[in-house]
Amino acid sequence: MSAHHVTITVNGEPMEREIESRLLLVHFLREELGLTGTHIGCDTTSCGACTVLLNGKPAKSCTVLAVAADGAEVTTVEGLANGELHPIQQAFMECHGLQCGFCTPGMMLTSKALIEENPDPTEAEVRWGISGNLCRCTGYVNIVEAVRQAAAAIRSEAGEEADHA
Amino acid sequence: MPECRGLGHSVLRKEDPRFLRGQGRYIDDITLPGMLYLDIARSPYAHAKITRIPEVGELGVPGVAAVITGKVLDQYKLAWMPTLMSDQQMVLPIDTVKYQQQEVAAVVATSRYAAADGVAALEGLIEYDPLPVVVDPHEALRPGATKVRDDKESNHIFHWEHGDRDATEKALADADVVVEQAMHLPRIHVASIETCGCVASWNPVEGHLTLYLTTQAPHAIRTVVALVTAHLGLAEHKIRVISPDIGGGFGGKVPVYPGYVIATAASVVTGKPVKWIEDRSENLAADSFARDYHMRARLGAKDGKVTALKLDTVADHGYSDAAANPSKFPAGLFHVATGSYDLEAAHVEVDGVYTNKPPGGIAYRCSFRVTEAVHAIERMVDLLARESGEDPADFRLRNFIPKDRFPYRSALGWEYDSGDYEAALTKAMDMIGYRDLRAEQAEKRARGEFMGLGISSFTEIVGAGPSKTFDILGIKMFDSAEIRIHPTGKAIARFGTKSQGQGHETTYAQIIAEELGIPPEDIAVEEGDTDTAPYGLGTYASRSTPTAGAAASIASRKIREKAKKIAAHLLEADEADLEWEQGRFFVKGSPDRGKTIQDIAFAAYTNHPQGMEAGLEAISYYDPPNLTFPFGSYICCVDIDRGTGEVSIRRFVAVDDCGVRINPMIVEGQIHGGLTMGMAPALMEEISYDADGNIHGGNFTEYLVPTAMETPKWELGETVTPSPHHPIGAKGVGESATVGAPAAIVNAVVDALWHLGVRHVEIPITPQRVWSLLDERGAALYR
Repeated sequence: MSAHHVTITVNGEPMEREIESRLLLVHFLREELGLTGTHIGCDTTSCGACTVLLNGKPAKSCTVLAVAADGAEVTTVEGLANGELHPIQQAFMECHGLQCGFCTPGMMLTSKALIEENPDPTEAEVRWGISGNLCRCTGYVNIVEAVRQAAAAIRSEAGEEADHA
Repeated sequence: MPECRGLGHSVLRKEDPRFLRGQGRYIDDITLPGMLYLDIARSPYAHAKITRIPEVGELGVPGVAAVITGKVLDQYKLAWMPTLMSDQQMVLPIDTVKYQQQEVAAVVATSRYAAADGVAALEGLIEYDPLPVVVDPHEALRPGATKVRDDKESNHIFHWEHGDRDATEKALADADVVVEQAMHLPRIHVASIETCGCVASWNPVEGHLTLYLTTQAPHAIRTVVALVTAHLGLAEHKIRVISPDIGGGFGGKVPVYPGYVIATAASVVTGKPVKWIEDRSENLAADSFARDYHMRARLGAKDGKVTALKLDTVADHGYSDAAANPSKFPAGLFHVATGSYDLEAAHVEVDGVYTNKPPGGIAYRCSFRVTEAVHAIERMVDLLARESGEDPADFRLRNFIPKDRFPYRSALGWEYDSGDYEAALTKAMDMIGYRDLRAEQAEKRARGEFMGLGISSFTEIVGAGPSKTFDILGIKMFDSAEIRIHPTGKAIARFGTKSQGQGHETTYAQIIAEELGIPPEDIAVEEGDTDTAPYGLGTYASRSTPTAGAAASIASRKIREKAKKIAAHLLEADEADLEWEQGRFFVKGSPDRGKTIQDIAFAAYTNHPQGMEAGLEAISYYDPPNLTFPFGSYICCVDIDRGTGEVSIRRFVAVDDCGVRINPMIVEGQIHGGLTMGMAPALMEEISYDADGNIHGGNFTEYLVPTAMETPKWELGETVTPSPHHPIGAKGVGESATVGAPAAIVNAVVDALWHLGVRHVEIPITPQRVWSLLDERGAALYR
């Protein structure tokens, strides 16, 4: 098995490793770096539990080779909070958008990209936006609520910053 | 007194911060020094003789440390393991496999990838002679059918019946309307987003086994492991089962799976910790299934009053009866099938059958076959109403058990603790605007548009259970709480149950807060470690609040008793003169003379009365006097696309009565999830097999779990009828919605198509199924 030298910037910190060419990004994150917040739920890119942001876009890290992320920036759930909970995390808690917590990291990262692309999504847009992430516990009602609440919080933060500028 | 946020408060969950930050600790997050990885080679055939399994040396795969086979396990008498239903199940086969994807042999290697390489090599080298296959349970019962089990006489596992057969037949003969319908609730899978797995760590020096396990019932597992390995000298005090954070259970994490036993054996053989994590295909194809009941029902009415139910069932159990039921109930609590109606007589029969499919018979978020029972009665009542020419809502309202008849003894012998079915249905009808929707339906039908309304007024039976009848392998189905109050007035509470997302850390803390006045954030709640938690039977069948929740109340009240003595000592008052308000004892008539629970806790360690033991703690093993009977009425409104056959749920109103609600936010979350897992088998999910026993539905591209797109915005309502025997009047709610929802959806679809002559639709109601029904009746649109 050939080895590769990669540098992947994870949550803002460059990580250099010698890895097997077949190593999946999710295993790079979980086992090489010990970032176990990214979970694995299926083998078929169906469930989205392993979703991370790859150069800002959601990617299911169980079907991305780590070598393909060489030079890229990856955000995992561990990179969401900045001391304080991120508005998406805060909204998931306040809206009861999580139960077992297993799909939650992937769900929140998909939501982050969704809100960045569409700062004021309708209920239908949120449902479409998160349809690549399966949740078995919540029935999605409160997740949809949480994403919309988070979007509103982020808009209001951005508005306040604009006012200060 | 500050509000302590006990019962009725939507307290934000104590467990959330760690989950939100990716700091949950699930099974695959556990890594031990020197750990090896286990992966399993599986059978491509549904029934075959194994003619060759290669030795480890033949694989030629670097990193592979061992191959574990049935013959290896047989040396330790571990090739077979007992099931909860007194049957046995293979851990690894010695010579024959009985279903496709069955475990054949396991590889232990130094990495996850090396183990997978080993399995790929092994699967290429194992040789088989295929044998005839039987997949249809009716076929399996015919004389001369292929026999699934060499150690059994036939494919017939058990016959179980309950009720008064003669009285039922007589009532049906006397009825002026009788409806009859066959229905199949197909195999489905809980498909928790986290699959199952374990890390087994055998310490040969101490003779001690630590088993990290995705289990809903850690103590029961410890005892089973001790019983199964007693002949190897492993004793229960040398076994520690730890159930870490669980990524969804729904009943799928109750059974003992072969992988757990193989990993344990592999740890003993190699002397190193061994991790086994199944992948999604293994999870769907080999872990315990749910349902697979082929039912035929007859329901009769006389003078508009429903009188008798007869229910005959063929239950497909796969190659072993590994159902997860209380030991005395081979068909679970299926005999709650008379539901919310006042029947004169009923009789149910179930015949269990072996087929070449994986074993199981777990609950899929329901209490022991209650969904099957509810589906039968709610479909039949709907049919009977229509055949009697009456609206299904009016028919139900007239036939419900009246609220003044509780406690009510059902025709099949259950004592329902409480209920007010009319209130729940009336509320649901008001919320959805039932009469207006009926008018809209008539207008639309005249225009050629198909919409339907379906009702399900279910009664659940949860909280197993009273020790007189409920046990698992002889262990009574109590559950436990142990509470210790620290000197500074903070507390730790430990339970025999195990949360899988239900929010126990918050809910239990609120119960204790209500009883003792200690705020929830001052109470640490722990579960899942058999070395520290008191013994209990675990979390499934909506039993945690009815059993361990009750234990939390009782243990708190024991603490309050002692606290009162300490308070009397501190206040220099007579105990009889003390009154309790939340969090505080005070002297009657002098409300200023009081001591808070925090003051009392400090005194329990620093200034307790002479002759009294120090400390402030209590334990309760709660044996419920009865089950609890949550209920509700759901109304579903569907629109059907005549071009595609697609069913879309326009509105779904769910009125649930789970008694007193501890944390309304969590309760509603449970109902949202339950409704979604009720819709899933009604419209999408099924695991089926072709004639050769090849599985359909063995991964997430074939097994369709609802996304946010298919899931409607559920509308919830509530009524509150407290359980009269539960200490705080609560009933359990995690599964009600899964139990109640499917029949409402099927009833709605049948209602939409009734005028075409459609009387029943099997689930899952796929667009293809509906389109075929439309097409056969010339009602499909081709555009």
